[in-house]
Amino acid sequence: MTSSPLSSPSSVPSSSSSSQSSAAEPLLSVRDLRVVIDGLHILHGVDLDVAPAGVTALLGRNGAGKTTTVKAVMGLVPRTGRIRLAGAELSSLPAHLVVRHGIGYAPEDRGIFAGLTVAENLRLAERGAPGGGGAGEPDYALVHELFPELKQRAGQLAGTLSGGQQQMVAIGRTLLNRNRLIIADEPTKGLAPKIVAEVAEVLARAAEAVPVLLVEQNLALVRRLAGTCAVLVDGRTAHRGDTAELLADEEAARRLLGVGSRHPLAGGLRSAASPAAPAITAEVKP
Amino acid sequence: MGTVVLLSCTGLGLGALYFLVASGLSLIFGLMDVLNFAHGALLSIGAYATWWAGAEAGLSFWLAVPFGTLVGTAAAVLLELFLIRPLYSRPRDQILATVGVGLAVPALLMGIWGADARPFPQPALLSGTWHVLGATVPVNRFVLVAAAALLLLTLRLFLARTRYGLIVRAGVEDRAMVTALGIDVRKAFTLVFALGGAAAALGGALGGLYFGSVNPGQGTGLLIFAFVVVVMGGMGSVTGAAAASVGVGLVQQFANYYTGAGLGDLSVVVLLAVLLLVRPRGLTGRLA
Amino acid sequence: MSAENPITSTGGPAVRRSVAAPTGGTDTSPAATAIPAEGTDTSSADTVTVARGTDTSLAETHCEHTRESGAIPRTGDSVTNRWTVLHGALRWWPIALLITLLVAPYSALPLPGLLDGPLGSPGSLQLLALCLLYGALATGYDLLLGRTGLLSFGHALYFATGLYATDLGMLELQLPFAAAAVFGVACTVLLALVLGSVSLRVTGIGFSMVTLAFAQAGSILVQRNPGGATGGEEGRSAPADLLPSGLLGIENTANLYWIAVGYLVLTVAAVRWAVNSPIGRVWEGIRENERRVEVLGLRPYGYKLVAFVLAGALAGLGGVVYLLLTGGATPQAAGSDATLALLVMVVLGGSGTRWGPLLGGVLYTWASHRLGDLANSTAVADLPAVLRVPLSQPLFLLGALFVAVVYLLPGGLAGLPARIRAARFARSARTAAAVRTARPTGGTPA
Repeated sequence: MTSSPLSSPSSVPSSSSSSQSSAAEPLLSVRDLRVVIDGLHILHGVDLDVAPAGVTALLGRNGAGKTTTVKAVMGLVPRTGRIRLAGAELSSLPAHLVVRHGIGYAPEDRGIFAGLTVAENLRLAERGAPGGGGAGEPDYALVHELFPELKQRAGQLAGTLSGGQQQMVAIGRTLLNRNRLIIADEPTKGLAPKIVAEVAEVLARAAEAVPVLLVEQNLALVRRLAGTCAVLVDGRTAHRGDTAELLADEEAARRLLGVGSRHPLAGGLRSAASPAAPAITAEVKP
Repeated sequence: MGTVVLLSCTGLGLGALYFLVASGLSLIFGLMDVLNFAHGALLSIGAYATWWAGAEAGLSFWLAVPFGTLVGTAAAVLLELFLIRPLYSRPRDQILATVGVGLAVPALLMGIWGADARPFPQPALLSGTWHVLGATVPVNRFVLVAAAALLLLTLRLFLARTRYGLIVRAGVEDRAMVTALGIDVRKAFTLVFALGGAAAALGGALGGLYFGSVNPGQGTGLLIFAFVVVVMGGMGSVTGAAAASVGVGLVQQFANYYTGAGLGDLSVVVLLAVLLLVRPRGLTGRLA
Repeated sequence: MSAENPITSTGGPAVRRSVAAPTGGTDTSPAATAIPAEGTDTSSADTVTVARGTDTSLAETHCEHTRESGAIPRTGDSVTNRWTVLHGALRWWPIALLITLLVAPYSALPLPGLLDGPLGSPGSLQLLALCLLYGALATGYDLLLGRTGLLSFGHALYFATGLYATDLGMLELQLPFAAAAVFGVACTVLLALVLGSVSLRVTGIGFSMVTLAFAQAGSILVQRNPGGATGGEEGRSAPADLLPSGLLGIENTANLYWIAVGYLVLTVAAVRWAVNSPIGRVWEGIRENERRVEVLGLRPYGYKLVAFVLAGALAGLGGVVYLLLTGGATPQAAGSDATLALLVMVVLGGSGTRWGPLLGGVLYTWASHRLGDLANSTAVADLPAVLRVPLSQPLFLLGALFVAVVYLLPGGLAGLPARIRAARFARSARTAAAVRTARPTGGTPA
């Protein structure tokens, strides 16, 4: 997985554009984010800035709290701390109001409704209706241009799609509305290399218009897409900065990301102990 | 032959009554994970409101039934808004609160109108009998079946064709993800409670026809069998509940007739236990 | 301390519990925000372990309630210290209560309002015995609900099995009472083992429904009166000739009362022993997070079955005591209302606490008897209909009370002192933060 199967580097926002933007006011700013579930302290102080353009990566080993962090930002788990999106405070809002501030969310398990058709899955995500946060008319043209397959399979039950097709639905839902931010939690997990390339392509294109917060284990992909990154270790932010610099520093990468070293048992126990992380089995590291 | 037809019609009528209770119960459980022990109380409220409007306030039966249904719907909405919603983060307490309501409401009805059964007003049009294949079947059985069929059709159209139906179907699968798409799923909760309450109250009103009287314990008595139907049909599945209702109603009538009173009830309950163990997700396991 | 507990100490570095920070670091979990900087937020389960270590029974109950209602601020070390002293003085109160209960039949103390006759009169003793019996039944039921997290809707089945099997053992098999009682409890254990092993195959609400279904089947069976064995709606009276003469007649009510006290002591002791045993620790883990127990390589199924059978056996024994107290078996004992009543008792008193279910059972039983009297009293009869009608329905009052407790008092009555203490502590902490910071914090180290 370390050799990147990506095809068209030209469309990816270069690190120069994002390093330039990282000096500007962050789009999403998270400070001292804490999450306690069932008496277990899963996050104890996450700080995170998402650049106003391009891709920002959220990295860390299995069980470091990446998925919990994005769930906390979304309001899907009880949390404390400060979460500001373009000046609006989100930390006390329930999930549906967080989303209406303009966040598109593609969760780790893809969050597809298996019993609904592809078209219904997309229609559910439309927020143009009154009370939907004024996301404007749903942009089906964009979604169908990026994923022509979704148009052909509109009437198919989403549960019968392949993993890659389901991921397309998940990302398609985030592109349907005019969002300020897209959060994608491990969008390439469990996909074949060819599909990974397609997903990466779409993310890169999406990031041209909308900033993306990307949780990802595939470091080759991260290196290509993300200008800035934050690294979580044991539920805390351990590092923030330029992605290329971090990945170039072999010692730091090994220390923060555990590249090369494996802790499958620890990962399994931790994810099982926290209900927020559904996987019991340890994931294979890139 | 006549007996079989009569038993079938009566069983279908009973099944229709179960469906009126179970459809709402199933949607509420499927969407909200709330096992609504107060659903029998909603049925009793509908039954008593209809009886009161018809026998005490002097409304015609055709106005009394919508009145009773409306009262039951209002009660369900109040229940959801003031008791269920504040306990949103405490699922077990939601169930316990409905248990309390399920105890209190029948007792209150008993306090107001007494423990004895009250004869239910029967409009002339519905009190006769029809002759079907050599059997003499009370008309009210067909009224119940028609009402249940209409409800099934309405619910299916609602689920398939409306945006809230879409939200309910999605919410049954994954409630958190629905909110993560920017949808206030609590509105769907109230709506589902209102629908369920309306169906149960209508069941109470028409159950008065079926049983010929109303009494405070009627709703609670039907509730257990409605639970059986919900589990057998797959929690959250309206079509499954319809199929299970027919099955349970027929099995109960035939078993009670041919093996002695009570064994039908027993067999239904045992059937539930066996089914849950063989197929923990119920017959369909999905909303249809 | 927590290292002894394999269930609660599996956090690992990423998700470790915040054990009391000796440096006085604040923990800004939402529950703890009311506590100023010096307050150390001990995570709830650790608090329990600390309290167990000091072995002050009240301290444990108090801390358990704290866990029940996570929204209240936890007490800080200085406060724990003060309460430990107080609890030390009070630690013998269960013994004092037991002695009071045991000598009650010799007392002619009138308790107007609470009881009709003086304390030692047969009528009062009968009611007290019933209260204690239901207190014990609720305590046994809480083994499932509060300790293992199993919401059973069929507990009355095992109570009724003990009741009917003992009665029928005497009536049909002509067994002497003692043998019939053993037979009754044995039947209950067997039934709980069979049905428990079946129902526990499904989890969550499915388990609740299966237990409800089995109990309903039992209830229907009893009412059906198969072969004339159960007596249908009428029930069956216990045969006077087979019962020991010391347990018959109104003049021997005190003996029955003492039996009820004995059953209560046995139940409380059995539950306490079981909860503190290694199995009890696993139950606690199952209640909090069943998957975590599985990850440790333990099979929750077997542990849950032990809880189910033990609770069933205790309920069956309760059925035997009930048979003696009321002199017969009636189908009401088997109905789903009986299980719901147990549920109300446990929640009213405080699920998962040592004394809560007992308190709830006693209060519920007493209230349902006294509310019946209240309903017929002239004071109620003179009220306007709006008040009279609800007040004349004990079940309405109990249902409404139950909703109120669930809604306003999570943790039940037993959680009330802790909530008041916590509220008072939070208030005093706000006003006298400076003074408190100056005071050295002794605290009990974990």
